[in-house]
Amino acid sequence: LDSRLPLVIFLHALTPAAARDEFQEELVIRPLHSGDIYASFQFRTLWDTDFLQEGQKVSHYRLFPKSLGQVLSKFSVRELHISFSQGFWRTMQWGQPFIPSPPGAELWVWFHDTVSDVDGNWKELTNVLSGIFCASLNFIDLTNTVQPSASFKPLGLGNATDHRFLRYATLPREIVCTENLTPWKKLLPCGSKAGLAVLMKSEKLFHSSFHSQAVHIRPICQDEQCSSKAWELRQTLNVVFDLHTSGQGKKEWSLFKMFSRTLTEACPLASSSKVYVDITDNPELFELSPATPLLGQAVVLGDRRTYSVYDLSRAETFGQLRSFNLLLRDMLRPLLHAERYVAGFGLQTGEIHTVIYNNHPYRAFPVLLMDSVPWYLQLYIHTLTVTSKSRDNKPSYIHYQPAKDRHRPHLLEMLIQLPPHSMTEVTVQFERALLKWTEYTPDPNHGFYVGSSVVSALVPSMVAMRTNFTQDQPLFSSFVPVKEESSYFVRVYTEPLLVNLPTPDFSMPYNVICLTCTVVAVGYGSFYNLLTRTFQVDEPSPPLSKRLANLIRRIRGVPLLT
Amino acid sequence: MDYYNLLTTCAFIHLLVSIPYAYSNYVENKAGQFFSSGHTNNWAVLVCTSRFWFNYRHVANTLSVYRSVKRLGIPDSHIVLMLADDMACNYRNPKPATVFSHKNMELNVYGDDVEVDYRGYEVTVENFLRVLTGRLPPSTPRSKRLLSDDRSNILIYLTGHGGNGFLKFQDSEEISNMELADAFEQMWQKRRYNELLFIIDTCQGASMYERFYSPNLMALASSQVGEDSLSHQPDLAIGVHLMDKYTFYLLEFLEEVHPASQANMNDLFKVCPQSQCVSTPGHRTDLFQRNPGSVLITDFFGSVLLHDMKQLVADVSSQKPKQKDWHPPDGFILGLWTLILLVFFQTYGIKHLKHIF
Repeated sequence: LDSRLPLVIFLHALTPAAARDEFQEELVIRPLHSGDIYASFQFRTLWDTDFLQEGQKVSHYRLFPKSLGQVLSKFSVRELHISFSQGFWRTMQWGQPFIPSPPGAELWVWFHDTVSDVDGNWKELTNVLSGIFCASLNFIDLTNTVQPSASFKPLGLGNATDHRFLRYATLPREIVCTENLTPWKKLLPCGSKAGLAVLMKSEKLFHSSFHSQAVHIRPICQDEQCSSKAWELRQTLNVVFDLHTSGQGKKEWSLFKMFSRTLTEACPLASSSKVYVDITDNPELFELSPATPLLGQAVVLGDRRTYSVYDLSRAETFGQLRSFNLLLRDMLRPLLHAERYVAGFGLQTGEIHTVIYNNHPYRAFPVLLMDSVPWYLQLYIHTLTVTSKSRDNKPSYIHYQPAKDRHRPHLLEMLIQLPPHSMTEVTVQFERALLKWTEYTPDPNHGFYVGSSVVSALVPSMVAMRTNFTQDQPLFSSFVPVKEESSYFVRVYTEPLLVNLPTPDFSMPYNVICLTCTVVAVGYGSFYNLLTRTFQVDEPSPPLSKRLANLIRRIRGVPLLT
Repeated sequence: MDYYNLLTTCAFIHLLVSIPYAYSNYVENKAGQFFSSGHTNNWAVLVCTSRFWFNYRHVANTLSVYRSVKRLGIPDSHIVLMLADDMACNYRNPKPATVFSHKNMELNVYGDDVEVDYRGYEVTVENFLRVLTGRLPPSTPRSKRLLSDDRSNILIYLTGHGGNGFLKFQDSEEISNMELADAFEQMWQKRRYNELLFIIDTCQGASMYERFYSPNLMALASSQVGEDSLSHQPDLAIGVHLMDKYTFYLLEFLEEVHPASQANMNDLFKVCPQSQCVSTPGHRTDLFQRNPGSVLITDFFGSVLLHDMKQLVADVSSQKPKQKDWHPPDGFILGLWTLILLVFFQTYGIKHLKHIF
């Protein structure tokens, strides 16, 4: 051993000091007052390395998945946010989610300023991501991509002035199923073999009211002075289980009932692995077992909540969470809420109505509304009206980029001041375009989807928010950076719209060809025959018996029969 | 004198007949020395072409073949799976994230580890032909490409609604049997396959392989021209038919196959006779070099690469171009003519030679 020791030290000195990386996982369970239950998984990998450094390629990956690391360095991506959701988040019944997402697929990316051809990089990036996540992201092209000027500021480090390096696209029709969950799980360091990811069984996850999985990558500061930067990869999965379909109508919830699995061990590669249960509402009335002395408090989305904390890295935690028996008080009514619908009749014109509710009793605040409408719904911006409390409300900032047929969708961004305790309605009229017959999908009578509108706002908070930065904050309260104490950032997505376009009858070419050919054949053909056909007299050939008789007569030399 | 001549003729015939045996020994030795034909990797292209909830059974068909192929060893990176619609997470599915093949919900063919490469609107005739011929745009990811070479055995499975000479894609376009035959010829010219097995489960499926003209193709269909392929059984909870008859019995047959199985293509041709299937399954082997009886199921459905050397040698020595009519063994006619001439000269003497020459 003594002789081998210097060799070991020598080899250790030779290998470059691997960049430190760290992995944390957590699960938050929040019972909702309608009897449903909301579970949110977050997996975070922190790695202080520089993907965008010139001349040095990162080649040794440990916890950070290699496929995403290569994507980041090849396309010079500064921030990447992609989400796949099934179902619609019902804000009024469920409150605000920790990480919001629209139905379908949403992808927004900030590129580095050194990129010269952002559109080319965007196109290739969407193709590569469609291969990684088994989704039809290759349908994202210039006709449904926009560059919002104000709405999607970077959530990590970086100057946010030049929106030419931002691209945003959404595919509201995109479905999420096991084939998207499988590659998502494979990006985790422990896969689905250990830790919290063993709970992710597709048969239970997709039998829910809402399911959303997302990947967020951004550069962040490691400490307050920002002396060292790191790349942060967050994989989040939000799911809401319905009381009646998953809970069989009984308000008793357990991990086994929700996921058909229990937790057996923490992921060995994780530095922290925790389960939080929201017990703010009436802790005496429900029974939580196994009991834990650990309690945590966090201020999230303007509300101070208390959590029971289970630390999975400690061996004594393991047991099974049994039934909850809950009585919930009225939760804090969400202060900001938005809805959208299509009005009008017929297949020529229509009107899009977006309704935004401000439920704060006495404070007014501004919201940024972003609408991306496909080019085949031609908006008439001169008919745009914004009314609050039946009075005209002029937006203080409007950014409008008109659509170009088959090239660009409409982009409308407005900063609207919402009066307290009011409903604001934004209406704009549109005309439906007739597409070329090859541009229709195989099922055109289903309708065409319009992606969700995005309402982003800094909502005044009843409770003071913490602005100082600590590393041991729970993940669910540290996603969005907090700049001021008195307000928190919230993003609300509206419903996507399903609009019918005038659909041609696809069997018409076939009908026309049949009819024309028939008319030509019958009309002209018979006329041509009459003119050009000649008739000849033809004698029928005699029957066999007569032929035989003639043969014998010829032999005998006797005249033949006629 | 006569006896001596008889002896020489017998010796001559014996010599002629023993020449082929000596030759095959020589061939065996040569084959044992280097690894000539045979495949080194396996690929599968599995396509479901139908959209809408009532075509659940076509997705279940494709997924059951996918499941068998994965179970027998072909990895996801070598499978191109194209499903035109989503049945598992469809809002009409009473059990989300599942696709069943049997009416008692015994077998979930969707499983927990599935990777669909082309889905929804991406399943078009153009994309299918581009995958086969390899002419894809440069930004296409690897999982969507068929990266086969001249030593790949490829399994191609198509299912959906079809007719005499065409297969319907997503209710809006069709692929004809001539286009398919041309695509396979392109693949042959570009050396993109070693051997190809084509299975189709649609109405009048045999019409789709009528026009093939490239070598090393074997084809199976669930019904002849003029016949309809029928679906197996509906499930009252899900509300639609779960599988087609031919693929149901094909799945039953494949569940018995394991990676070391010696089942061959003749067993596959017997799957689902008319008594079970109502339609008559057909097959076509005239373009295929080897005898179907010597082709293992795992040559196409699995990824078995280790060959027993004796088995390999036996394969090589039995490889002959398969001809429709039987020709007598080599040297036989020559020997026969020599015999006739000898007898003739024996009887009539040499002076009659001038009558011949």
